[in-house]
Amino acid sequence: MKLDTVGIQLERCAKTYGRATRVLEPLDLGVVAGETLVLLGPSGCGKTTLLRLIAGLERPDAGGAVRFGGRDVTAQPIEARGVGMVFQSYALFPNMTARENVAYGLRIRKLPATEIAARVDELLELTRMAAHGGKPIAALSGGQKQRIALARALAPRPRVLLLDEPLTALDAQLRESLRAEMNALLRGLGVTTVYVTHDQAEAMALGDRIVVMSAGRIEQIGAPRDIYHRPANARVAAFIGTMNRLDGEWREQALHCAGGRVPAAAGATPTDAIWFRPEDAEWVAAEDAALHGVVAAATFLGERTRLAVDGVGAQTVLVDVAGRAAPEVGARIGLRLRPEVWQHRID
Amino acid sequence: MRRALTAAQALVTVLMSLFLLVPTLMSMAAGVTDNYFRGWRSGFTLRWLAQVWDLYSDAIFLSLRIAVVTLLIVLVLGVPAAYALSRSGRRLARLVEGLLVLPVAVPGLASALGLLVVYGGVTAFRVSWWFIVVGHVIFTLPFMVRSVAAVCRSQDLKTLEEGAASLGAGFAQRFASVVLPNIRSGILAGALTVVTLSIGEFNLTWMLHTPLTKTLPVGLADAYASMRLEVGSAYTLVFFVMIVPLLVWMQTIGRHEKGAVR
Repeated sequence: MKLDTVGIQLERCAKTYGRATRVLEPLDLGVVAGETLVLLGPSGCGKTTLLRLIAGLERPDAGGAVRFGGRDVTAQPIEARGVGMVFQSYALFPNMTARENVAYGLRIRKLPATEIAARVDELLELTRMAAHGGKPIAALSGGQKQRIALARALAPRPRVLLLDEPLTALDAQLRESLRAEMNALLRGLGVTTVYVTHDQAEAMALGDRIVVMSAGRIEQIGAPRDIYHRPANARVAAFIGTMNRLDGEWREQALHCAGGRVPAAAGATPTDAIWFRPEDAEWVAAEDAALHGVVAAATFLGERTRLAVDGVGAQTVLVDVAGRAAPEVGARIGLRLRPEVWQHRID
Repeated sequence: MRRALTAAQALVTVLMSLFLLVPTLMSMAAGVTDNYFRGWRSGFTLRWLAQVWDLYSDAIFLSLRIAVVTLLIVLVLGVPAAYALSRSGRRLARLVEGLLVLPVAVPGLASALGLLVVYGGVTAFRVSWWFIVVGHVIFTLPFMVRSVAAVCRSQDLKTLEEGAASLGAGFAQRFASVVLPNIRSGILAGALTVVTLSIGEFNLTWMLHTPLTKTLPVGLADAYASMRLEVGSAYTLVFFVMIVPLLVWMQTIGRHEKGAVR
């Protein structure tokens, strides 16, 4: 199944509730036809409001415009926009069976019964729900509800697919397997998709591009790797993964700090702070290292152990140690930072 | 110890039930007794029932007609009102809902007086059974609104409607296919209450009725006041025979609905 799709353009879209509660600052955003764009941010950052503006469930403040494939749809309500939407709570109709839910959008369009039946069968097959079509909604598990919600949204061949935290209500293991399934499905459909989540792993796995939001603003837009390795600012760095900040003093081509020194990589510019992720630091023998710290805590995470190390800089730094061996709490350890850490420039 | 407690509970329940049931049963039995003062030895008869039917069958049919018409009007007014009130978060909506309950708190006599003062002069309206219907609508509307609004609030209708809208459904389609079926249990419970209250309403109706627009309970008062005790009792029997199956029937629907929703 392949869907005809369009790109989305938002121009100066802001949203204010009442007189003074502004949940979205004026912003411009383009979604390329066929791409999966993830809106990522903590709760209350405005990501769901942005999705609802695109859907037509909210109107932007005066001056804002929403375009689908160049056509202005700002004044159109959601029922006229040709979008498919999956809600966090699924919003499945409890008075209908799974099958009737999927057929709903087709019945509204008054398609012939045979065509509706064929299309519903196709979607139940696609979402691997063929065996459960006759069940009432209350008899479905969380994962099954999620699949039916997706099938229902896709049935009327939407031009744009909008997903509002569709996996949040599920447990971790199911979330991961459905995420992979959904990824394959979205790629196959080629439909322009806007996906809201607060889960960075989900954002990384699904997004062609990620929009990181906070406090009603866009902080950064980029491919998952760019966002992770080159965060635009401290807020993005803090929200995506874990980032350590090491303060010190720049002298003799190195950063000198409480735990020793970090020699600069080739081409590094002078700085008095560097940022690094837990996996960018390596545990080495204390006598071989120029940088030292004392293990304050160690958390075993399965494939790795996360250490909290004191005495390296002004703040505790987090360091990941891969494999089975890990230092004891209280041990004085040596650390070596990868040269790439000198590329993280955050203001 | 535990057994004694259970036995005591059972005893209290039986005594309470008897306390309530015995007068009712006695009254119903009196309706088929030839002469109540001589007791059952005087023999049983259907004479009194026939007399009630002769004298008051009009009142019985009028009561049913008023109940059905009241229900229809209350459905048309109450269901959309309850939906709108539950969807609106405004303070005004809560105020309106509060005001709607007023006719329940105000004595029926007072509501009736209000109607008489304002519309008493419009003779054609005053003497028609529609006058009573208006009174019953005012009295029963809050019960429908409350019942439906409670069901509306118990589920996330807003999101369900947004889901339907995202699939292309306009307001009328959403209301018919998603809202109404999901608030059906509230509408049924409300309808049960409205019909029962309308058939049994006395206070307000007694003030509003004319000799030509006598309802079932007004006729009952009339029978007890002006006829032999046996006739009044036979009337009670008719009342029970009419209203109990109705109640049981609507309760069954209500229970069936609840089962289907869960």
